[in-house]
Amino acid sequence: MELVQKYKTEIEKLKNDKLFENKRKKYVRKSKEALLWLFRIVILVGICYVILGPLIGIISSSFFSDSDFANKLVYVIPQNPTMERYRLAWLRLDYIKTLGNSMAYVLSLMVIQVVICSMVGYGFARFEFPLKKLLFGLVVVMIVIPTHTVILPIYVTFQEFDPLGLISLITGKVPNYLGSAKPMFIMTLFGCGLRSGLYIYIFNQFFRGLPKEIEEAAFVDGAGMWYTYFRIMLVNAIPSVLTVAIFSLVWQYNDTFFGNLFNISPDIVISRKITTLQQTISNVDKIMTPGIARLYLYAGIVLVILPVIIVYVVLQKRFIEGVERSGIVG
Amino acid sequence: MKKRKKLTLSRKRAIVGLLFISPWLIGFILFYLRSLIMTVKFGVSVATLQDGGVGYTLTYTGLSNFKELFTSHPTFKPVLTASMLDMVVDVPLIIFFSIFVALLLNKKFKGRTFVRAVFFLPVILNSEAIQQAIALSTQLIGGGIASSPDEIISATSTGVNIDYYIGLFRDLAIPDAVFDYIIEAVAQISSIITASGVQIIIFIAALQAVPSSLYEVSKIEGATGYETFWKVTFPMIMPLILTNIVYTVVDNFANSEVVQLSYNTIFTSKDYGLGSLMSLVSMVVVCLFLVIVCGLISKKTFYYN
Repeated sequence: MELVQKYKTEIEKLKNDKLFENKRKKYVRKSKEALLWLFRIVILVGICYVILGPLIGIISSSFFSDSDFANKLVYVIPQNPTMERYRLAWLRLDYIKTLGNSMAYVLSLMVIQVVICSMVGYGFARFEFPLKKLLFGLVVVMIVIPTHTVILPIYVTFQEFDPLGLISLITGKVPNYLGSAKPMFIMTLFGCGLRSGLYIYIFNQFFRGLPKEIEEAAFVDGAGMWYTYFRIMLVNAIPSVLTVAIFSLVWQYNDTFFGNLFNISPDIVISRKITTLQQTISNVDKIMTPGIARLYLYAGIVLVILPVIIVYVVLQKRFIEGVERSGIVG
Repeated sequence: MKKRKKLTLSRKRAIVGLLFISPWLIGFILFYLRSLIMTVKFGVSVATLQDGGVGYTLTYTGLSNFKELFTSHPTFKPVLTASMLDMVVDVPLIIFFSIFVALLLNKKFKGRTFVRAVFFLPVILNSEAIQQAIALSTQLIGGGIASSPDEIISATSTGVNIDYYIGLFRDLAIPDAVFDYIIEAVAQISSIITASGVQIIIFIAALQAVPSSLYEVSKIEGATGYETFWKVTFPMIMPLILTNIVYTVVDNFANSEVVQLSYNTIFTSKDYGLGSLMSLVSMVVVCLFLVIVCGLISKKTFYYN
């Protein structure tokens, strides 16, 4: 009984003790923070695992030797790692050559995208002309309409490419551009390439945010409108130029949709070549076990995404800040 | 010369502006406007391919394609409904998920840049071939992360009887519809995460654009974290929810089954008329969906400026 009494008075004492009260509050707050921190860490690690897990799986599987593949006890870390998968995938992809072609294709499209889309974006941002609102609405429509709705007519157009009868007038026959990269270049040149609408939108937002005084100063100093655009505005728009350039680069590199539609040669578009790699390897090299042929595919995929990953790691900040800053927001 | 001098400055600027946008304008008319009209034309006629595969002749058949599509086509209606239902389920999930993650990532902590980089990774690796390989690899390595609801329910390979746990929760008297939605969400977690890279980044940017004075005021006034979220954060990022919904719907639709079906109808079965009509109908449905959703949300949207 006495003991209870003693504790009771003790507790009473503590309750009135301001110092203890403060301490208690501090501990409660700290443990709350710690719990929140734990919660956040658990969730973030989990989500990162969901994203990275398959990637890690692909990378580690690409090093598996046949015995590792057969051994069910081997998980993620191969026992007898081998570079064989890479050797053959490299050979069958004709890696250096295909990658070079692919890069040339993608880079040239990127330059066109940046020039054309920034021009159009600038036109919308700074000039007043009749029907401007409606026309800009059409840019948004272009973003929203899935390309799939218009692919058939585009396909047919390029099958017999003869705008206004001009080409047949000069060369005497109607050319079929399918099977080459020309349709992609033509479409990009006319601002209708892969996600061009989005890029126009980004540039438009960016140019609208630039102060008008820059241009006025240039104009007063006697610069023409085209000069102002190329030498002054474009230089100021470097952040969004970089964003659009990077996105255009990566998305065009990954794109198989237009590649398949126009039947562009897989030697130019590496992302098309990878889709047939597994079949090529199992047919040409007589690797009949689908599971093992898949390991070669994984090696090929690592080879294909390597450039993208490198670009991404180097320019990672640009990517994310690009999305944040350059006008998609707001 | 005299005529040129008459051009006022604003006239001149208008002409230069039109020149600036002219590449796009020509492209739009040539590739989009003309194509849309042609798609409609294909939709109301039967195209016969000429020998050699190049060229075609169109015979006008009126609404018979419509009739075929909606009365006798075996897969179109179910696929369209399924795609639309998927969209109705997925879009809110992706939006909620990305708001949630953006809130988590908005706080400063170690390794934030790394985590953000990882979250954006799926946007970079959105190639079709890579996606397929990744999906397969997910199944192989995943264990817990199954790629379809059926799998999570019968995920026996992990040695954990998921049915048992699902049964446990089913006894909690949660309405079945809600429960199924949650199960589906959990089972799809992998695809939801992959689909929300851009949205997360947009929300993070939005969160950082909220003036900190607003938070200070609410803190001084004694608002709890919960209240601050609903009264300050949420209204401030509301306009971007709209942006993100549009982005998600478009993105989701481009990868949906109905689009795949129309693509196959055109390029595999060479049924130009029917395929065009499919893509038209599904586009109209999606646009309606967008208009309705945007209409509903923009009424509630709060614009700070």
